[in-house]
Amino acid sequence: MVNTEVLEKKDTRSGFGAGLLELGRTNPEVVALCADLTGSLKMNAFEDEFPDRFFQAGIAEANMIGMAAGLATGGKIPFTGTFANFSTGRVYDQIRQSVAYSEKNVKICASHAGLTLGEDGATHQILEDIGLMKMLPNMVVINPCDYNQTKAATIAIAEHHGPCYLRFGRPKWPVFTDPNQKFEIGKAWTIQEGTDVTIFATGHLVWKAMEAANELEQQGLSVELINIHTIKPLDDAAILKSASKTGCVVTAEEHQMNGGLGDSVCQLLARNTPTPVEMVAVDDQFGESGKPEQLLDKYGLGTVDIVNAVQKVIARKNG
Amino acid sequence: MKTVAELNDIVKQVRRDIVRMVHAVQSGHPGGSLGCAEYFTVLYQNTMSYSAVPFNMEGKNEDVFVLSNGHISPVFYSTLAHAGYFDKSELATFRKLESRLQGHPATEEGLPGIRIASGSLGQGLSVAVGIAQSKKLNKDAQNVYVLMGDGELQEGQNWEAIMYAGHNKVDNIIATVDFNKAQIDGSTTDIMGFHELNSKFESFGWDVMEMDGNDVASVTAGLEEAKQRSGNGKPVVIIMKTEMGNGVDFMMGSHKWHGIPPNDEQLASALDQNISTIGDY
Repeated sequence: MVNTEVLEKKDTRSGFGAGLLELGRTNPEVVALCADLTGSLKMNAFEDEFPDRFFQAGIAEANMIGMAAGLATGGKIPFTGTFANFSTGRVYDQIRQSVAYSEKNVKICASHAGLTLGEDGATHQILEDIGLMKMLPNMVVINPCDYNQTKAATIAIAEHHGPCYLRFGRPKWPVFTDPNQKFEIGKAWTIQEGTDVTIFATGHLVWKAMEAANELEQQGLSVELINIHTIKPLDDAAILKSASKTGCVVTAEEHQMNGGLGDSVCQLLARNTPTPVEMVAVDDQFGESGKPEQLLDKYGLGTVDIVNAVQKVIARKNG
Repeated sequence: MKTVAELNDIVKQVRRDIVRMVHAVQSGHPGGSLGCAEYFTVLYQNTMSYSAVPFNMEGKNEDVFVLSNGHISPVFYSTLAHAGYFDKSELATFRKLESRLQGHPATEEGLPGIRIASGSLGQGLSVAVGIAQSKKLNKDAQNVYVLMGDGELQEGQNWEAIMYAGHNKVDNIIATVDFNKAQIDGSTTDIMGFHELNSKFESFGWDVMEMDGNDVASVTAGLEEAKQRSGNGKPVVIIMKTEMGNGVDFMMGSHKWHGIPPNDEQLASALDQNISTIGDY
């Protein structure tokens, strides 16, 4: 059984802020850019301690991405910060040409991703960003699950030479991963082993998947739960191995079904070992205003939805 | 410093390269390329301080150039070859499969001299500002040069970068606008006029100069003056008046040669007007 006794809740964006500050102290080449959302991105501490290495871009995200590409050309390791919507869709062509195609060592760090942004509503609740970014050649795509993993991922991407997209969020969320973990890009993390079904989860929904796994275990099912924090490059070997073992798969993510983690897992399985899959994701809809938990429930991303998806996929496997 | 006569010899060769490259693959952009032959030649032969071999992507302690209007890649490639970044024989591969000389400049194939991909317009100035900021952090006193098309200024990202550079006193950047008053669909005046371009830049905190871009002596003097004016708290922009298709009479004065290649007969005429000086590729 996974321990779901919550000791502490912290926002993943604060994990980013803490990781960035640590990088500031350990790597003089790291610089940061922000488009008028320094407080929301928790970049204040970096700005205060390293004012010369912090660039306030104003509400001008396209220019921020271009400047980051230029700073990377000059040998710096730039971290850009703004909301996920303005980090991707708004500046897609700038990222495509000046960062991804030009192979620039830019770290695009995006907060307030997904429905859990809450009350601001669908204009800000981007659910397409993983898809947009994973389609770009050269781009690494990471969606950590809690504060500690986000901090570790922030530090890890500075060590990786090349463009990265790091996606995190706004709400205070259970902290359950090791504070001293070493984050390995592209390496799936098996939270618990099982034999009846595999749940592949990313981001905030890892916690929901842990709750679901506990419920399912109480029903007598053996659940393998794997955290796919890196959507690209995908840990093909870990996914194929687990799917072969359990014979059925549920994916869980705070993203559109089109283009997200489930999409990547299905492509991999279809090309190798076709396996029944149920996808817990938003089904071709925009979000709306509301509280994070209300929105997750309404759009089918709650604990109960993962439980139901598991029961359905096991029935398909046995059917 | 090369003399006016030496520069003009290189310019003629660059023009020949441009029309031959575009003719050979029957695609590419000769008009804007020809209009900027003098600027590129002076910039790389006289103005900038750099090391072509080995090419260093970061360009530390070098002057660095960014081409924003990437479609004029023929003049860029020819200039880089004559500046020693790669052998001029490689110009024959322009726009062909497996070439490092892509239709629009790119870094992926590793062509020396290219630091950023361009082609989708409006992005180069932001990149140049970023490189300029990295130079300040590195206490590197060299400048960043960037060329933009005038039609390209219709892209909003430029104005984000112009506002940023003015506000933040990025004074190690020397931007040049190729003011040829033409874009694909016609004259810039008809399509989206600039109305007092100089004062637009000035109001954003830039130091604005003008120069004749089709005269090597004027370009040499203009770029030297820009260098003198840099480092004084303001980014510098040169509004450079050029003629699209300059040096090839039937291409001059018309936007129609923005992106179409000459046929065999037109190629022969263009080459007759620009006799080989330092040797064809």
